[in-house]
Amino acid sequence: MSVAAPRPRPLPARRERKQRSPAGSLSRPRIHPFDDEAWLGRMLLAPAVIYIVALVGFPFFLAIFYSVSDATVGSTTLHFVGLRNYERILQDPTFWRSLRNAVVFTVVSQALVVVLGKILAMALYADFPGKWAVRFLILLPWVAPISLGSIGWLWIFDPVYSVINWSGRALHLFGPGFWPIWLGQPDLAMASIVMVDVWRLLPLATVIILAGMSSIPQDIHDAAAVDGAGFWRHLFRINLPLIMPIMLVALLFGIVFTFTDLIVVYVLTRGGPFDSTQVIASYAYFTGVQGGDLATGAAISLFLFPALVAVAIVFLTIAKRTEVT
Amino acid sequence: MATVETRALTKNFDSGNAVDGIDLAVREGEFLVLVGPSGCGKTTLLRMLAGLEKPSSGDVLIGGRVVTWLPPRKRDIAMVFQSYALYPHLSVYGNIAFPLQSAGLPRKEIAAKVENAAAMFGIDRLLSRKPRQLSGGERQRVALARAVVRDPVVFLLDEPLSNLDAKLRTSARDELQQFQRRLGTTTVYVTHDQVEAMGLGDRIAVLDHGRIHQLGAPRDVYHDPADTFVATFIGSPPMNLLGEGDVVSGVRPEQLLPRAAFDGGDAIVPFPFTVNRIEYLGADRLVYGTLEAPHPRTKVISRLPSTIALPIETGRRYDFAVRERDLKYFDRETGRRKLRG
Repeated sequence: MSVAAPRPRPLPARRERKQRSPAGSLSRPRIHPFDDEAWLGRMLLAPAVIYIVALVGFPFFLAIFYSVSDATVGSTTLHFVGLRNYERILQDPTFWRSLRNAVVFTVVSQALVVVLGKILAMALYADFPGKWAVRFLILLPWVAPISLGSIGWLWIFDPVYSVINWSGRALHLFGPGFWPIWLGQPDLAMASIVMVDVWRLLPLATVIILAGMSSIPQDIHDAAAVDGAGFWRHLFRINLPLIMPIMLVALLFGIVFTFTDLIVVYVLTRGGPFDSTQVIASYAYFTGVQGGDLATGAAISLFLFPALVAVAIVFLTIAKRTEVT
Repeated sequence: MATVETRALTKNFDSGNAVDGIDLAVREGEFLVLVGPSGCGKTTLLRMLAGLEKPSSGDVLIGGRVVTWLPPRKRDIAMVFQSYALYPHLSVYGNIAFPLQSAGLPRKEIAAKVENAAAMFGIDRLLSRKPRQLSGGERQRVALARAVVRDPVVFLLDEPLSNLDAKLRTSARDELQQFQRRLGTTTVYVTHDQVEAMGLGDRIAVLDHGRIHQLGAPRDVYHDPADTFVATFIGSPPMNLLGEGDVVSGVRPEQLLPRAAFDGGDAIVPFPFTVNRIEYLGADRLVYGTLEAPHPRTKVISRLPSTIALPIETGRRYDFAVRERDLKYFDRETGRRKLRG
């Protein structure tokens, strides 16, 4: 593919000719596209636009198309079936279960991420020796590939080798008959994937909140201290309101990442046991790709869209309203 | 109202002592100004009085009580910051009410006090605005109202006028002093502006390198500087210093006048000099020149009020003089004041 910029013409010559031409000539002088800001802007934007259209826009409309058809992996033909796929999904108890799980998974993990992220950011905001090393270590889970991290957690939760269980036993925290099967018991499985998701998203939230805290001038903290605010009043009346917009940004990212996440569930539990950790993304994958029912899978995955749009609108509105100078 | 006292107060930073063993006693109801060049330790000293900075050694006493290790909120002080440090997410009302809410006052009492304080500073129309919707002068008033509303025993002000434009600063200075007189609250005020210091302070403390060089009424500091630092820091243009042997003599520019301006009652010392440059400032003329024999060739400045109409040209030599009792003498080695040359 070539963008085929027209060959540069001898500009000065053309300009000279233009200047000499009589005033009646209406044609604008042709200049090289790189010198024309309108064209330069379009050309610089083009790669991003092409990328989004090809990798987000096209699949999105393809999913809408599939969701009203009877497409399967095994067939090259498809027919329009209207909203039949959606009807079937709405009557499917596993779908409702997945939706509920996705909401629980997202709400619980993000509540933990925001609270822990704020606490961690406050700890890291203070000055202490080795602060940079600690900040670096805390950021590591974010830069590690999520699938590798999840596989690591798979071993941590292993029914036989679980480091949590053996440590608990060694420290006499777990009694002789107590041996949790982390990924095999429904409640514990949900707790486990929440734990991994928190582990993964906490660094990003911490760094975002830390940046927000650093943007508050020290004078404001000093003024609050002189004005008689103790720790809690300072936290809830001054500190939190001032970083609220940026915390909402962290939360928005977290919700989007978690609600659409497939990898943690896929690697750790495959939605089990008994669909107790099945979420919309994983259910869509298992139905559409592994089960071969492309149409139903596409329809399930489209339920992510309105939820995420609503979340984005709500949070961007709040963030705009609470914006400070 | 209370006294404020420091005893051998010291603060070390990595780069040296920011505040170096300062003993200071602020009287009850007094307006004391800490003045000095930037980096002289005046702000660090104020922050230690506020409790925002922990001293390396020494003690702070407020109202006779040792408060060195108490947090700011237990000291019953109010502070106004150079940036005003208004809470950007709270309305003007919320800002002024904040210290009262922290003190746990009932809602009704808070409303009454806030309205009172706002009225005092003429900002009662602005109570529902956010700080970003206010002008610089209005912000400064909100900061003052927030400090006053709680009836603290001490006000600490850190260059509160430096973000105002020159015209507003003059009127704000006037108002500030009136409020302080009316409330009678002990006030410690930090500035690097000597005009502000002279105009506002009952007494001023001149600081440099973490030490107080002189503490006294503006008049005394100006006319009887304790050392060459004070002599050159206070006064604009600064005092002329002429070195002779191990004694430095000092002359204020407005006391170095043409010989004809003296009426003969006092003993005078002649200071002939050649004029290099003249600055016409309206009310005054600043005459820059070089001293002639018998004095060492030193650059000096004379400040002639417009009442002295003597025509002066550059490049010519004039007979100037100083009253003998206006001459100050300093030790060259230590810079300290000496009684006689």
